Amino acid sequence: MIAGRRPEPELSSRSPSFFDEMRAPDGSVRPAYQQLAHWLDNVPKDVLDYRRKEAEFIFRRIGITFAVYGEAASTERLIPFDIIPRILNRGEWQKLSRGLEQRVKALNAYLHDAYNKREILRAGIIPEELIFGNPVFRPEMNGQAVPHNIYVMIAGIDVVRVDPDNFYVLEDNARVPSGVSYMLENREIMLRLFPELFIDHPVAPVENYADDLLATLKSTAPVTSSGEPTVVLMTPGIYNSAYYEHSFLADKLGCELVEGRDMFVKGDMLYMRTTEGPKRVDVIYRRVDDDFIDPLAFRPDTMLGVPGLMSVYQAGNVTLANAPGTGIADDKAVYSYMPDIIKFYLGEEPILKNVETYRCREPDQLKYVLENIDKLVVKEVHGSGGYGMLIGPAADKKTIENFAAKVKASPEGFIAQPTLALSTCPTFVEEGIAPRHVDLRPFVLTGRDKVRIVPGGLTRVALSKGSLVVNSSQGGGTKDTWVLDR
Amino acid sequence: MLSRTASNLYWLSRYVERAECLARILDATYRLSALPQGYGSDTNEWESAIATAGSVISFGENYKEANERTVTEWLAFSPDNPASIRNCLEIARTNARSVRTALTGEMWDAINSAWHELHRYDPKRITREEFTRFLNFVMETSVRFDGTSFRTMLRNDAYWFSRLGFLVERADATARILDVKYHVLLPREAQVGGPLDYFQWASILRSVSARTSYHWVYRDSVKPWLVADLLILNRQMPRSLASCYENINRYLDDLAQFYGRQGQAQRLARATTSKLENGKMEDIFQSGLHEFITQFLIENNRVGNAIGDQYLI
Repeated sequence: MIAGRRPEPELSSRSPSFFDEMRAPDGSVRPAYQQLAHWLDNVPKDVLDYRRKEAEFIFRRIGITFAVYGEAASTERLIPFDIIPRILNRGEWQKLSRGLEQRVKALNAYLHDAYNKREILRAGIIPEELIFGNPVFRPEMNGQAVPHNIYVMIAGIDVVRVDPDNFYVLEDNARVPSGVSYMLENREIMLRLFPELFIDHPVAPVENYADDLLATLKSTAPVTSSGEPTVVLMTPGIYNSAYYEHSFLADKLGCELVEGRDMFVKGDMLYMRTTEGPKRVDVIYRRVDDDFIDPLAFRPDTMLGVPGLMSVYQAGNVTLANAPGTGIADDKAVYSYMPDIIKFYLGEEPILKNVETYRCREPDQLKYVLENIDKLVVKEVHGSGGYGMLIGPAADKKTIENFAAKVKASPEGFIAQPTLALSTCPTFVEEGIAPRHVDLRPFVLTGRDKVRIVPGGLTRVALSKGSLVVNSSQGGGTKDTWVLDR
Repeated sequence: MLSRTASNLYWLSRYVERAECLARILDATYRLSALPQGYGSDTNEWESAIATAGSVISFGENYKEANERTVTEWLAFSPDNPASIRNCLEIARTNARSVRTALTGEMWDAINSAWHELHRYDPKRITREEFTRFLNFVMETSVRFDGTSFRTMLRNDAYWFSRLGFLVERADATARILDVKYHVLLPREAQVGGPLDYFQWASILRSVSARTSYHWVYRDSVKPWLVADLLILNRQMPRSLASCYENINRYLDDLAQFYGRQGQAQRLARATTSKLENGKMEDIFQSGLHEFITQFLIENNRVGNAIGDQYLI
């Protein structure tokens, strides 16, 4: 044992209001973490140090990097990886995964309704402008037949914990959620660096994610596709911040990684240019935003898309995963209605909780938000990646005043939530092993046949002490997430 | 396979091979320029390095004089020279990133580590000793890349495109070296065996790393017509034009069989191959070594373009 390895002062000064996933408030270790805690007590710090460096070396060598927008084009950064895994037991996971499936079913039902009969508007569950006033609403999708009525094949649902019993959904990602490559690579690296830990822990595997994804994509192929459907992954190209993930996934899927310029439209069919001539494409797993997929339908100034792609889609000859226009299901304004949306379409009580949300579009709630802004987290309805948000308790007076002015100017663009006491997990940082706040993004795959969720997901961790912002663009790191199969 | 993927693989190999050729040319030039006056040549070795690299015009636009400093800077590091070693490796990695899925992990590793290593050399502060290390690093990178593709790639179209890029570039480089030095290879009664030419011939062999091979094949002292024979017609010599074309032909045939279609690239390559197979050194000297090489460079270029038209766009 090396003295000072576990910084007791910080542990004891930890606010009792935070739920720590490893230790109960009395300092005892929760059952799922028993073996890991024992191992952490006995492993010398320099071993951890050494393996962390090794992990970083491997990540850099295989090129798992991401670009940060706004930095020089040549900057390639690593997302910090924390070598201490986060552990969920089987019971916790089962409840979570039931809730995820329910949530994504509701998202798909809502999207189908919103672009077709709009019964939810007639029932008065949500206001009209949430659909029609939404800039990501796509009129092109009105009445559009969608293969098997699946709009969101791939969803990333961000969840957090605040106590031992409840998962809260923080955000639904129904457009082009990213991060799954980190889930897979983190596991790979843990197996390589700490094989001994896997002997004591029956960790449910995640390696089948790519197979599940391929099965999901193939199951949604258009009815007109002949024989074995051709699936491709469409990327904006090597300058996109998630390019590594795109190439990684195409590799695992065994499909072509295409850019817009590799494809063309002819006679209501979509083809890619190959060394053997044109080849028909049936399913596009597209990692390009709606705006950029087809210059004839959406933004005309883009070079990333395929002119005429939407006409092929409208003719029912290609599947886009996810479908265009799914943004109306995952912005922060519609989020506050999710419990009602689940009840309306499925007739069930939501399994996963929603964080209490104040809609600034409603005058009395706006008033409350402005009066309590220093205690709240205020977010842009269409923001993502931790940009454009205010964390009231952590901001200075001037920042708060400026942000309040922005909210007053266009209240419909903002929502507010109480600051959540995100759970903490043991994390290896400068001063040793200390609790840090985490969230979790599991990935939910919806095919024609069934919903598939690999056990786990991407755990993101805020590495600075006390920080609640886990986004990689804001200096967050990641952890391997273990679901114990016992 | 996507045409863009095939194109990236083809050019990735070409650029890696080009970087190696440049490193060898620079290495041989350093050796030659280090010889005492009278042993080297009366011509400026640095000028002939620029000529061999095929960048006389663009070099002239950027520098007044060809000497060790300017030529090293231009061929090795200059960001303004699109074919400098540094740019070749940069482009190679960009290509590799775009086709990550078509490369094996080992190949990516070879290119990606080289790219990280490349950025450790500061062209402003590099010493002669470090520069030698730099050239070795470039040559090793190419060997490692080539070795990993040989050992790890599936033998399918991806492999064949990668080979074709490498071979077309290699044939081009060998022919250029011969073209710039053709005058020292011409049999001239009076001077044969003089110290000046001897080092020139040896330098040609060094620039294609063939000194040992030469002695194994001919078991003779260095003679100009044998040097030409080794680099043009000898099929045992992997850098010879004949060997490059034997293999270009083979991989184009593999592609034609795989895709079930012959095309212009196959026809052109077959014509050049048979010319090299049936060629005799006496005839080539008779009708003009320079003319022969010039013609070869044109044909090689046409084959490259035909591969592009047929598969890569």
